[in-house]
Amino acid sequence: MRDFSRLYEALDATTSTNRKVQAMVDYFSTAPAADAAGAAWVLSGRRLKRLVGPAELRRWLCAESGLPAWLVEESYAAVGDLAETVGLLAAGRSDPGGADTELGLARWVEERLLGLRGLEAGEREEAVRRWWRALTPEAAFLLTKLLTGALRVGVSQTLVARALAEHAGLPRPVIVHRLMGDWTPSESFWRGLLDPETRSEDEARPYPFFLASPLETGEAGEPASLGDRQDWQAEWKWDGIRAQLVRRNEVYLWSRGEELITGVFPEVAERAAELPPGVVLDGELLAWKEGVLPFASLQRRLGRKRVSARLREEVPVLFLAYDLLELDGRDQRDLPLAERRRHLEALAGKFPAAIGLSPVLDADDWSALARSRAESRPRGVEGLMLKRLESAYGVGRRRGSWWKWKVDPWTVDAVMLYAQAGHGRRASLYTDYTFAVRHGDELVPVAKAYSGLEDREITELDRWIRRNTVERFGPVRAVRPEQVFELAFEGIAPSSRHKSGVALRFPRIARWRRDLGPADADTLDDVRKILEGSGG
Amino acid sequence: MPSHASLVRATPEGLYCAAGDFYVDPRRPVQRAVITHAHADHARRGSDSYLASETCLPLLRARLGADVPAEALAWGETVRLGDTRVSLHPAGHILGSSQVRIEHGGETWVVTGDFKRAPDPTCEPFEVVACDTLVTEATFALPVYRWPEPGQVAAAIFRWWEASRAEARPSVLFCYALGKAQRVLAELARFTDRPVYAHGAVMPLVELYREAGVAMLPVHPVDLKRRRGDWGGELVIAPPSAAGSPWMRRFAGASTGFCSGWMRVRGARRRRGYDRGFVLSDHADWPALVATVVDTGASRVLTTHGQDSALVRYLNESLDVEAESLGAPFPGAEGAAS
Repeated sequence: MRDFSRLYEALDATTSTNRKVQAMVDYFSTAPAADAAGAAWVLSGRRLKRLVGPAELRRWLCAESGLPAWLVEESYAAVGDLAETVGLLAAGRSDPGGADTELGLARWVEERLLGLRGLEAGEREEAVRRWWRALTPEAAFLLTKLLTGALRVGVSQTLVARALAEHAGLPRPVIVHRLMGDWTPSESFWRGLLDPETRSEDEARPYPFFLASPLETGEAGEPASLGDRQDWQAEWKWDGIRAQLVRRNEVYLWSRGEELITGVFPEVAERAAELPPGVVLDGELLAWKEGVLPFASLQRRLGRKRVSARLREEVPVLFLAYDLLELDGRDQRDLPLAERRRHLEALAGKFPAAIGLSPVLDADDWSALARSRAESRPRGVEGLMLKRLESAYGVGRRRGSWWKWKVDPWTVDAVMLYAQAGHGRRASLYTDYTFAVRHGDELVPVAKAYSGLEDREITELDRWIRRNTVERFGPVRAVRPEQVFELAFEGIAPSSRHKSGVALRFPRIARWRRDLGPADADTLDDVRKILEGSGG
Repeated sequence: MPSHASLVRATPEGLYCAAGDFYVDPRRPVQRAVITHAHADHARRGSDSYLASETCLPLLRARLGADVPAEALAWGETVRLGDTRVSLHPAGHILGSSQVRIEHGGETWVVTGDFKRAPDPTCEPFEVVACDTLVTEATFALPVYRWPEPGQVAAAIFRWWEASRAEARPSVLFCYALGKAQRVLAELARFTDRPVYAHGAVMPLVELYREAGVAMLPVHPVDLKRRRGDWGGELVIAPPSAAGSPWMRRFAGASTGFCSGWMRVRGARRRRGYDRGFVLSDHADWPALVATVVDTGASRVLTTHGQDSALVRYLNESLDVEAESLGAPFPGAEGAAS
């Protein structure tokens, strides 16, 4: 735990990507294989299933620190992170630096954390509190993060892959591919990850997704900067779930977050078995009934253990393919898009129901495409995708050959009602806000938004919030309804959480409208009109 | 308010003792000011007379002018002010910092000013002064603020400097110009005798500490003619206000660190954007705040500074000590923002 804790501190102590990569390379070169695999697993954003809930954690923390519950809560509110609060209040009370600190990450996880599952409640508490006592605050913080399945490290997958590639002396895409999907950290995984030989990859393993960058267009609204229209393939940008359909011996559906979602969309998985083996498709999962349904419908299918027959009937799902990554068991990603598309269209002749082909738009110049883009909202799509016809299918976000040309967001002027302190870098600063629109004499909440303000504005607003609090509910402050913000958002969905009955999708702060007062804010009717218009 | 009269109360001018007709660390000009220490938010210009400790006096003169109408008291020496007997006792915050003990009508009050109980080679150690009512600071009044041993922090600062040296990068350490800077320079002298460079705001205060007999590393002023890139491996001490200023440009590629109790919390450190945070504070941590209440035997506690509501409630509910907040008599003492 000590070495991993040092790695974490080293990553935390710098904003330079080169230094972060160097810190990881140093760790990978010296750590035992099992620990290195464990660290790669954690650093690439994977988590243990939660072993301890927050309520339990708080109770143990009160008992261990000997502090009253209210004081633990106040401490947590000031720190902004429960695991860090544990580190600060409960760690290092016995003798930090002993055998517990020396024990490696892999054995901590295998022998101790996972061992908690078999214990009675009292034994669990005793074990965890003993660990806290024996660890430094930093290590106790990390341990608690692992326990709650919430450890986030400030490195991207790309950076982890870069460090691993450097350590292994292999090209980054090979490492990225080997890191995809579901794997358990172990010595044998680590050996396979660093293996200089190319080998047949896992049956289920997906390819790294290639991501598009947003296209900023000038006032003309035409992507003329991209050059000749004939060099580009244009498609609708679907508002669903990006997914990869892997058909080898079996069928696997992977989300972009590398979650296996085969079971969530059984109709797609069942029919995909009719595809020839050795095919991998990149595409979008959409709720579909003679046309695309709003994202809110698709959402009903998510977060369930089992999908009922009734729900399958009410919200049928279609996988709309737009790229072909593997054919006859062979990686197609280095072929130009034009060629991949030809193979994809040929294969589409054999597509079973529940799998479709995303059409290519044939508008023959940029201004005609701009007109198509203008039709996006009534069609239920988010805009256009522009993909260079000669481009290979890359890894991650690489600017230049895939662009998303989204429709402009809607905006609404809303009043801030509540504020809550943020987490991590924003702990103890009020950065999470709830916004409302006018409805008669009332203000009704329609959105929570976190981002969009500059640091300077956040600090200023934080001061304003502290001075203008009218009521406190735990960590939440109700503020004087005076500050108006322009929110940008992508859509509107019915909501049971907000009293207004609607919730904005992907809301973010576009501008602080200091020129407006609460009476100038938009009304719920204004918002509802958008909802009607969006077909939601 | 409790039934018995308040010997010391909060007024717009600052903490006021009516029986002695004097103010402690007034923020506006008054007739008689008792100054706990020379930090700018405690020692202000314009009063008719000042009373401070003997070791505080040179710092007070440096800050308020050589002709400031100030008198010094030796530690523990008693002076009669109005109907009160007043004496000063070391507070351990910075050189010359004092607690003010006030005796009147058979009752004893102690105003701690800013204080700490951790060891500090640059100032007189905190003295426990028995009292009935304790007026205590409460800057870091949450149990998450528990200081590591200062020697360990100094070792960490030295390791950080060594690591930057190995990469030929400058290390710029931000800390308050009065007190913290000298404490760091004194602590580091246990590891090395290499010279350190200091911002112009720090230099004269280092000299005053040396004159008071405090041993510190040799310090050179930052030579403004030296060029960018010439600073590899050097340690530079600067006040926090220099962060992000054009002055910093010469230290291109520097690793930056900040010495403060606030660095105990990760979010606070990350928000400020320093590479390293070193938990080294000149204030009392939570255990020290609570211990001081117990050690003084005070039956009543009034708090000043910062986020004191948790301490007040804790003392009342868990320690059964009558406690209440005096509000924040010093502007800018709102805690979370500083």
